Amino acid sequence: MNEFHIPKSYVAPLLITGILLAAHISFGILDTYTKLVSAITAAITTELLLHRFVTGKWRNLSSAYISGISAGILVRSPMIWPFALCAAISIASKYVFRFRDSHIWNPTNFGIVVMLIIASDSMAVLSIQWGNNMWAMLVIWLVGLFTIWRVKKFHICATYVTFFLLFAWVRSVYTGQLFLSEVAPLTGPMYQLFVLFMITDPKTTVSTNKGQMLVAFLIAFVEMFFRLGEAVYAPFYALFIVGPIAFIIDKLIREKKERQISEK
Amino acid sequence: MKKETINKIVVTLIFLMLVSVPFGMKKYDEYANAGFVGAMEEVIERYGFFLEDVTSQIGVDFVHVRASVDEKLLHIEPQISSIGASVSVADFNNNGLPDFYLTSSEFGTKNALYMNLGNGEFVDVAEELGVADLNIPGLGASMGSIWGDYNNSGYEDLLVYRWGRTELFRNDGGEGFTNVTEEAGLPEHINSNTAVWLDYNNNGYLDLFIAGYYHEDVNLFDLAHTRMMPDSYEYATNGGLNYLFENQGDGTFVDVSEKMGLHETRRWTLAAASADINDSGYPDIILANDYGVDEIFINQNGERFFNTGQEAGLGFAPKSGMSVAIGDIMNQGRYSIYITNISEAGVLMQGNNLWVPTRRSSGDIPRFRNLAGNMGVEIGDWGYGGQFIDLNNNGNLDLYVANGYVSAEPDTDYWYDYARVVGGNRAIIIDANNWPAMEGRTFSGYQTNKIWLNDGAGRFQEVARSVGGALDLDSRSIAYADLFGNGSMDLIVANQHQPVIIYKNHTKADHNWVGFDLKGTKSNRSAIGAEVILHWDDKITKKQVSGGDAFSSQSQRPLHFGLGLVDQVEKAEVHWPSGIIQTIEGPKLNRYHVVEEAEDESVVISTQ
Repeated sequence: MNEFHIPKSYVAPLLITGILLAAHISFGILDTYTKLVSAITAAITTELLLHRFVTGKWRNLSSAYISGISAGILVRSPMIWPFALCAAISIASKYVFRFRDSHIWNPTNFGIVVMLIIASDSMAVLSIQWGNNMWAMLVIWLVGLFTIWRVKKFHICATYVTFFLLFAWVRSVYTGQLFLSEVAPLTGPMYQLFVLFMITDPKTTVSTNKGQMLVAFLIAFVEMFFRLGEAVYAPFYALFIVGPIAFIIDKLIREKKERQISEK
Repeated sequence: MKKETINKIVVTLIFLMLVSVPFGMKKYDEYANAGFVGAMEEVIERYGFFLEDVTSQIGVDFVHVRASVDEKLLHIEPQISSIGASVSVADFNNNGLPDFYLTSSEFGTKNALYMNLGNGEFVDVAEELGVADLNIPGLGASMGSIWGDYNNSGYEDLLVYRWGRTELFRNDGGEGFTNVTEEAGLPEHINSNTAVWLDYNNNGYLDLFIAGYYHEDVNLFDLAHTRMMPDSYEYATNGGLNYLFENQGDGTFVDVSEKMGLHETRRWTLAAASADINDSGYPDIILANDYGVDEIFINQNGERFFNTGQEAGLGFAPKSGMSVAIGDIMNQGRYSIYITNISEAGVLMQGNNLWVPTRRSSGDIPRFRNLAGNMGVEIGDWGYGGQFIDLNNNGNLDLYVANGYVSAEPDTDYWYDYARVVGGNRAIIIDANNWPAMEGRTFSGYQTNKIWLNDGAGRFQEVARSVGGALDLDSRSIAYADLFGNGSMDLIVANQHQPVIIYKNHTKADHNWVGFDLKGTKSNRSAIGAEVILHWDDKITKKQVSGGDAFSSQSQRPLHFGLGLVDQVEKAEVHWPSGIIQTIEGPKLNRYHVVEEAEDESVVISTQ
């Protein structure tokens, strides 16, 4: 009998859709469906048009769907346009910022950080909004981590969470704040999406497991400094800086190794 | 040039265009809403009014002082004690002039009752009349007040709600007040920030709705434990109970909250208002809840209230409801509801809500749609009192919105620490011990109040800086009243831990108006809940006598209608809570008409 398999490329879209549905049914996190639909539509349209324009081909839209749905969840604004614009910028960044024919930023991470720079008076990011229910949080973490383990990315999340906790303790010692209040953000929805989806993005992570764990550590480390500087969206800024640098270094190391092998 | 290079250039240009969208929108917005700065006469010519700060000229020097809470909360005291500045208006001595009552909160500080002397000056008579000393350890700290003639004596009585015991003062002929709290049977302890007089069963006696904010078991001045903060930032379930006290007509009240269906939720209610929003003849209750969704309780013939927030369309997206105002903004004879929330650039963008009735509104449950964005009244700041007022007497209700949370050390900010904790799990957020110390930092402070002018065609324009009303104190409660008897709505703005500000409103001389001062006979004497429907210039404008609304406020009792250049009104229909309808044909303009409720069902009065 054939075992039922979900193709890898559909795991993330299904997972994020599941999390969204669970959150919306439990807490009604979407003000209106219009905003989410605007984000997904903008992401898919931008992907279709730019990919066709640049390559002359049509492409699979699952990553655009994830970027759209992520923007729909992460952007918080009473207006509709920030949702669509964030999604469109996220997708467009993939065609502008490239190294050795690969995009270097996680698209949604890029879109969110740019939007925080250019439109902070019109939007915020999901951080203090969403439920604060322990069971909902545990279920999302467990289902998410299980799925991430199935696609062999668990070590990235585990490394990041471990070092977040360690640096939370360091911060609490340094600032005199309670350890619990330093850990508090990790128990919120922003981190669920950040840890499960952004830092595990297969397109923008480095190639080896050890390298991925090192990058996860570095993100947590850089984030500590943003947090000491009281940046509410510290993890996004940390990934924005560490992600592309690590990606480029990884590419160069791989190229060097390949050159050495071919020279031999 | 290679095709690949051209493609790269085109894609980069598209990217740059996308990134420049917010900049372009901002520039257009600045251009479209460029404020006009000029002399008072020029401003009046352009906008129809000008606000002049006359606080010190008229003898008012009141400063609110925030309450000092239990030392376990000392590290976050400015946010715990961020409310308590309030204002309510009434003609307590029946001399035809509006007076106003202000609350302070710190133990030992006094509340004030400013009596209108009729010559443009006011004098504080609270001490003399026995309503000053209400911030007392063990009894409570004042949070707000409302006026209503609960015993139908012809004089407005005063209710002061507190974090502690709610106090009711009977008005003794305008010459003094007697504390009747104990005989009235009101509860010993509620942490309340809003109360509303309404006659929920239309029996001619005013009943009392009081909402709880903190849980009633919490004594903020002597804490048993620190797990008294909201258990969620958006879905909190551990707020205070809401109460409905039925007036027995003999000076006593009976708690009918549970029987009437008002104990079903424990939201953190910060503001309430009452109006008959489904035209059933019975007053409904609208609640703005902090850390949760807005609610509408529909009154079913005075027998029970049903929470219809979700069906009505406004009980879905949780925000931080701070204030409820009700007004017929389109002059269509239908009420819209304005609820302020919190917007802080880059951190929390909730936007204020303007709930406008939709065409699907019919039957018992009205339907609303949030049109705050479409009409341009969405993005405030950290909002508190938001009130509909026709500031320029042109017949369209404008909006005054108070903003600003805690103005402390300039160039400091508590938002990072706040966001860190409130996004966390229930077990963390609920305990005040887990909240980082504020250490004198500003928290959404130094924000400017908004004045949005209604163009009558579905858009509002922000004009605060142009018209003299750009106040950047931590404003909380706002009330309007014709303090100087010239037919324009003057403003009283109560500010937290700061002085009250009184604005004299100079309106365009050729703008007409008409007012109605209603006196109930079968209905409650204060006429709270009565509506005037004005037929004028092919429009129908509806207003109701309010028993308290917006954030901790109550404005003048007589209903006021601006008319612009229109020099004739067809008729005014007065719909009393008793069901009686009186019609006033062609009421004379630029005066208040005193209307006493008639015995008969339909009486036509001609004042021409």
